[in-house]
Amino acid sequence: MKPGHGEILLTEGDPRLREDEERLVEEFCRQLESGMWAAVPTEHPGSGRREATMVHAYAEIPPEAERVIFFPRAAGG
Amino acid sequence: MLLALLVLSLVAAVLAGPVVARAAGRWAARRSAARRGAPLSADLTYDPGRERRAEHRARELLRSCVNDEEWAMYRDLGFIRVPGRHLPDGRRGSGVGRPPYAYLVYPHKPIVAYVPQTGRLLSEYCVEFPDLSGDGRSRLPASDDVLAKWMALTSDEARVIGQANMHLVGRQLDPQRVRRDLWRLSEWERRRGDSRSAQARSA
Repeated sequence: MKPGHGEILLTEGDPRLREDEERLVEEFCRQLESGMWAAVPTEHPGSGRREATMVHAYAEIPPEAERVIFFPRAAGG
Repeated sequence: MLLALLVLSLVAAVLAGPVVARAAGRWAARRSAARRGAPLSADLTYDPGRERRAEHRARELLRSCVNDEEWAMYRDLGFIRVPGRHLPDGRRGSGVGRPPYAYLVYPHKPIVAYVPQTGRLLSEYCVEFPDLSGDGRSRLPASDDVLAKWMALTSDEARVIGQANMHLVGRQLDPQRVRRDLWRLSEWERRRGDSRSAQARSA
């Protein structure tokens, strides 16, 4: 999410392919270094309840995740 | 008749004065910036079409992340309820069943904590997601702001609440309006429950 623009696709790829994964890792690190938070929307299979999982490292991204959403970190308003 | 027309045109000119002056000021600033070769500021490059498209994308993204009930709540009422997860003994609740407290998440307004059983308003949490890369003047589209709060609350409630400035309800939000929203929410849930029961009966 980018202020003034909304959703922007940063990069996409298949993490099982080495070249794609390198690009995904690079972009993930770049976003976190620029101060963004990263979250993965998840759904509980049983209840259908949805929530987000904050990820702080590329390795924390659940393997079944289809996307990671970056958004500006929260600050007191 | 002529006098009346003259008076009317004079009044119209006086009323239009500030608008014309503002437009002239913006035009002069734009021209000055263009002469200097300086980039236009975000305010001067405001594009309502871009903002509308951004909000449209933001709504689709929000819809794809939250569940059907939360989406319908946002679409119909303009806010989302997020259950609080922290139990009195410090443990984290499962989020299933009626929570001891919940939040109302509004776009570009503070998050309000309240007690669902009683409707008692607890506090408001002023939180924003500032633009880190730009000049800090542009902000997330409304639905992205709601999604950012939803993701932050459902993933790391303690952190986002810890970052927020906490106040008693009433500093930025009108408590009467929040109570009215809680009433609207209860009515909305009642109607939704009624229509679901009717659908189940007819099935």
